Amino acid sequence: MNHWLIVPVVLPATLAALTVLMFRHHLFLQRVFSTTGTAALFLISLGLMVRAGGGAVEVYELGNWPAPFGIVLVLDRLAAIMLVLTTLLALMTQLYAIGSGWDARGKHFHALYQFQLMGILGAFLTGDAFNLFVFFEVLLIASYGLMIHGGGARRLRAGTQYVIYNLLGSTLFLFALGTLYAVTGTLNMADLAVRVAELGPDHSALIRVAAVMLLLVFCVKAALLPLHFWLPESYANAPAPVASLFAIMTKVGAYSIIRVYTLVFPPSLPATADSFGVWLLPAALLTLIFGTIGILGAHRLTRLVAFAAIASMGTLLTAISLFTEQAMTAALYYTLHSTFATAALFVIADLVRAGRRDADDLITPAPAPPARNGLLAALFFAAAIAMTGMPPLSGFAGKLLVLDAARAALAMGPIWAAVLISSLVAIIGFARAGSTVFWKTHPPDPNPAPDEGPPRTPGALALVTGCALIAPLILLSVFAGPVTGYLADTSAQLYAPQGYISAVLHTPGVAE
Amino acid sequence: MSLFLIVLLPFAGALLPGLLIRAGRNVCAATTGAVTATALLGLIVNAPAVMRGQSLTARLDWLPALGLNANFHLDGLGLLFAGLILGIGLLIILYARFYLSREDPMGRFYTFLLLFQGAMVGIVLSDNILLLLVFWELTSLSSFLLIGYWSHLPESRQGARMALTVTGTGGLAMIAGMLILGNLADSYDLSVILTRKETIQASSLYPLALVLILAGCFTKSAQFPFHFWLPHAMAAPTPVSAYLHSATMVKAGLFLMARLWPVLSGTPEWFYIVATTGLVTMVLGALIALFKDDLKALLAFSTVSHLGLITMLLGFGTKGAAVAAVFHIINHASFKAALFMTAGIIDHETHTRDAQRLGGLRRLMPVTFAIATITALSMAGLPFLNGFLSKEMMLEEAAHTAWLGNPWLVPALATAGALLSVAYSLRYLVHVFLGPERDDYPTRPHDPGFGMWAAPALLVVPVIVIGIYPAVAEALVNTTATAVIGQDPHVHLKIWHGLTPALFLSVVAVAGGALLLSVQRPLARLWDSTPRPEAKTMFDAAIAGLAGLGNRVTDGLHNGAITRYAAIFMVTVVAVGWHAYGGGALGAETRALSQISPVAWIGWAVLVIATLGLIRYHRNRLRALVLMGVIGLIVSISFNYLSAPDLALTQLSVEVVTIILLLLALNFLPEITPPETPPLRRMRDMTIAAAAGLGAGGLIYLLMTRDFVFGTISDFHLTRSYKGGGGDNVVNVILVDFRGYDTFGEITVLGIAAIVIYAVTEALLDSPVRRRLLHRQPGHALAGDAHPMMMVIGTRVLMPIALMVAAYIFLRGHNQPGGGFIAGLVASIALVMQYMASGFAWASERQRYPYHGIIAAGVLLATATGVGSWLADRPFLTSNFGYFRIPPLKEFELATAMGFDAGVFLVVVGAVMLALESISRMARRQDNEVSPYPMDIDPARETTPAKET
Repeated sequence: MNHWLIVPVVLPATLAALTVLMFRHHLFLQRVFSTTGTAALFLISLGLMVRAGGGAVEVYELGNWPAPFGIVLVLDRLAAIMLVLTTLLALMTQLYAIGSGWDARGKHFHALYQFQLMGILGAFLTGDAFNLFVFFEVLLIASYGLMIHGGGARRLRAGTQYVIYNLLGSTLFLFALGTLYAVTGTLNMADLAVRVAELGPDHSALIRVAAVMLLLVFCVKAALLPLHFWLPESYANAPAPVASLFAIMTKVGAYSIIRVYTLVFPPSLPATADSFGVWLLPAALLTLIFGTIGILGAHRLTRLVAFAAIASMGTLLTAISLFTEQAMTAALYYTLHSTFATAALFVIADLVRAGRRDADDLITPAPAPPARNGLLAALFFAAAIAMTGMPPLSGFAGKLLVLDAARAALAMGPIWAAVLISSLVAIIGFARAGSTVFWKTHPPDPNPAPDEGPPRTPGALALVTGCALIAPLILLSVFAGPVTGYLADTSAQLYAPQGYISAVLHTPGVAE
Repeated sequence: MSLFLIVLLPFAGALLPGLLIRAGRNVCAATTGAVTATALLGLIVNAPAVMRGQSLTARLDWLPALGLNANFHLDGLGLLFAGLILGIGLLIILYARFYLSREDPMGRFYTFLLLFQGAMVGIVLSDNILLLLVFWELTSLSSFLLIGYWSHLPESRQGARMALTVTGTGGLAMIAGMLILGNLADSYDLSVILTRKETIQASSLYPLALVLILAGCFTKSAQFPFHFWLPHAMAAPTPVSAYLHSATMVKAGLFLMARLWPVLSGTPEWFYIVATTGLVTMVLGALIALFKDDLKALLAFSTVSHLGLITMLLGFGTKGAAVAAVFHIINHASFKAALFMTAGIIDHETHTRDAQRLGGLRRLMPVTFAIATITALSMAGLPFLNGFLSKEMMLEEAAHTAWLGNPWLVPALATAGALLSVAYSLRYLVHVFLGPERDDYPTRPHDPGFGMWAAPALLVVPVIVIGIYPAVAEALVNTTATAVIGQDPHVHLKIWHGLTPALFLSVVAVAGGALLLSVQRPLARLWDSTPRPEAKTMFDAAIAGLAGLGNRVTDGLHNGAITRYAAIFMVTVVAVGWHAYGGGALGAETRALSQISPVAWIGWAVLVIATLGLIRYHRNRLRALVLMGVIGLIVSISFNYLSAPDLALTQLSVEVVTIILLLLALNFLPEITPPETPPLRRMRDMTIAAAAGLGAGGLIYLLMTRDFVFGTISDFHLTRSYKGGGGDNVVNVILVDFRGYDTFGEITVLGIAAIVIYAVTEALLDSPVRRRLLHRQPGHALAGDAHPMMMVIGTRVLMPIALMVAAYIFLRGHNQPGGGFIAGLVASIALVMQYMASGFAWASERQRYPYHGIIAAGVLLATATGVGSWLADRPFLTSNFGYFRIPPLKEFELATAMGFDAGVFLVVVGAVMLALESISRMARRQDNEVSPYPMDIDPARETTPAKET
């Protein structure tokens, strides 16, 4: 019996519970255990990715009940990639939280962090639609806790909006699941795939409604326009390491779309064929455009990054909504890229803020921080290059892959125009912000007001993690060939769901 | 040396100057020079082979899925450009060492410079057009850094952003163009593309690809109407201007046009777009240059003009013109870089570059004067200097070119351009060096040290040598031109071609130019008084407008009103759902409607009335809460009515706990919610809400009147519940066994929620919010008896009973309605009652285990039960059960699921109590009077208790 599949859920749950039970007053112990746990999760995820690399789909039947009656965990290439991505990001942002002291600004940071990981990883691993809902809840409530970590009026206000909006999404999720179950009588995704395909044309109206509602739920998570309203305020006001980790949260939405709409409602399915294709692509392009406009219009660095995150989701969803194997490879590559680019920018914005006292992260001229303005400027420059899709970092390859994949599409013209023009606007926006923050400085006030201490200078660990977050963007670019190779295999697996379905439904069940 | 290494060296070496600046400026400059020299050496080693006609390649797969590969090749064109980039680069490094002052961060300068250099070398050696794009964009980025080098100057920042924006625009257009081109040629490798001329030009996409690629070239090479960024880029230090904006970067567009000349040229589109743009740029640039007083601006516009000239030649599409273009690239690079350096020297030594404030420098700065004279005359195209030769060739080609059938337009305009060129070149000499010496220079001018004039002096050498003995350049021109036009042109460069039309035009140009210069001053006054579109103002206004628009759009849309967000959400869901529904087919109803019993009618009526009441009275929070309680109750009852006793029990206890917690929270809220939205918007929201409600109701109706299409998975659960899960109560077996994993997740959610509540209140404890809450005057008088005796006694009696009920419900859960969740809620209610009766402080003193721990213990217990099945080599949460008999008890069942359920129980108790505790803490003050007694009035006590703290 191979239990590794459940470890990404059980390990963080156990760690979080232990943290609360035994050392909720010992920050040092929390840091040690939590970081070790995250590092272990990363290594385990790597191991799982190697296993999944062979192309076999592994199934873990919880409670030893066979699918579709019990819940199963499924490991395929896609799930494995998302695990590795999440845990690597989590490790870095956690180190940043420790290095910057963010984790000490409120209670239970590390416990919530582990619960958050449990929720995200569980969502990637599950093969059951209702269980996906459960883990959406886990990650939502944990993320709410992390978001308002440290308190403050603005943050609490943003957090309330965040949780209310997402609860709307959760409610819709339940409606979607109810409809789905009422028509098909099952919740296992592989089983759903089989049954939905067999469904007669008479039942198409209701299954279409279910498919669309489910898609909208995922679009809320993925911040697709006009369901993105929860994102800008909450990301801009979340503690930096949390905002940074949240780069993966929108990807949970994207992942779910990829999973469900290649497996259960593939584009080839006649019943749902024209129910979402017509609006998903235009909405994705609008997301890209509005996100970019937000970059240009932002007054704060964090808000700028939040809109950049929306824009990058727009590009990503554009690629997804093409629903071809080639476009999926591009989408997956872009997922990896945009996660790290967003995360890096949030961390860098926080490092900037730390040295700027009153100016905070406002995009206005301010006294240059006494130390490391150059390093921060370089980091910002690099991350902005990645985010705007300029070479040599991964954004460029990602953008080219998306453009290339859109070539065959009917809407090639609009897609190309939107992607390229928004790149330009993003470049302008980032250049304006960067040149104001890093170049338009005035010398520090020689006689600071007595009550102001020296500006906080970020510690070495915080700076190192800031740099480390750029590293994946470089590596993704340098090793773009092998990476896209693995991702091409992944999308091939996604577009041949028979392997997934038979693995889930034909794994022998209970030893009775 | 490998081509990879030549390209990589500047990049790899870019880190060195930034580090070595700590060892001093000389070390820093020398290292930078060494890096460039090594790369140049590597290039020279390969030169003989290229001159023999070979072309070298180096290939490495990078992103094969896309066709983006690290393929390099070196042919004549690449050799020429790489040589210019590295050779002039070396001189610039030398020049910059003496140009930059002590205050300038030199390490950073050289780092940026090397990055730029690497990107340029990459462009000219790329054999893959996508790879070329990578380097292309890199030059935009590195030039952004270089132009903005003096970042404290506003014009530097603005110039840098403008250059980035304009060249970035072109770059993005070019991405599209290259992707189309690669698709037409079925390869992104230049060596392949260059062989596919017919296919590419036959395609209907050719014009589009051409326009997009040319957009990139024109922006980079500052062609009209994109020329405006170049003068503003002059805010950069002069070495940058000399390097980027005369010798290299602005030639990248020309390079690319030359590179793609074999496949793209020869069509009318090419001719009319490229030649016309070039022609217009040449004349316009020269005209503006004539009136610029800033020496660098003068040179900048002269560069624009010369770039236009070369563009025009490439646009002619004839082989002769292409050869002339190549030759002029060489010549222009040499004299213009030197000229820029002289402008820098003048600026450096006199502290001004305003032609109005200069003049008479020839005696004060003789060396500079000499260099400037030779190079400026070359720029003017006077004989025995290299500029003359290529200008003659240009005029010769122009003389044979008709534009829309008009044979004299091109020659006339070309001559006009040459004439203007003579005028501004001479002006550079006359207005700066000639004339009387002045006594109002900002500082006393003198020649710079050798280090500073060495570089331009070196550049003078080719200007003279080629000018006098052009045959030395023949080999290079032929090799380069071979790479462009695909065959060796066997051109012979000579000074005297006989009495050709070109010579005649040239004479006209020189004479006219000299004449024009004599009336420059009055013309300049006229020029200044004529209104002209000012590119920078327009550009700034456009960008500011765009940013302002962006700000209004985003801030206007994201105004933080959750009602609006929710409204948009609802509308979207309803609209999209309706669209999906409309496109599908709906089968007939398969279930008959059942009879409605009177009980159901009553329940329904109460539900509707309570809901309407809630809408009516929702501004009064307490009343709203009561009505919500009613609704919850009806929902619980209807669960029971519909044969779901487990759900009913759960719902009931959840209602109780929720209402209690909400009551506590109401304590901190005003009694009345004031209306915040205007009536019209309320109407809008009402409509949306009604639509959403009707949609949900309609959907549920449709679902309930139809059978499942397939057999459901619950049949399996029903049949296996007892045999496989050891319980008769299927709901409970589903919760703890079939889908125990879901429950595992949900209890985690509950636990997290409680922890979050704790964390939030903890964050609020020190906030001004709490102080305000504590000092709030209650709206009405509080009851004097906070802990009434009746309630205290009642709850004490109830507590053991309630706990017993909880235990009972817990134990019977597997077979009868009940289970850990409900039991947990009941137990919490028992505890909450004590808090309500005797107050928070009294109760929590009697509570030994922290609620945090209880939650955590519950999660751990559930996890441990799940993990326990690993011991039996079964998956997580596999249950086992058995029947035992301990006399005198009857046979009873024990299941591992009970451990799991106990975990659920603990989490529920802990979560509810932690939430309660957290909310209560908000209301407690440090100076709160805590009574040691369970109730305020106790007849058993002798006296009224003395209040203690």
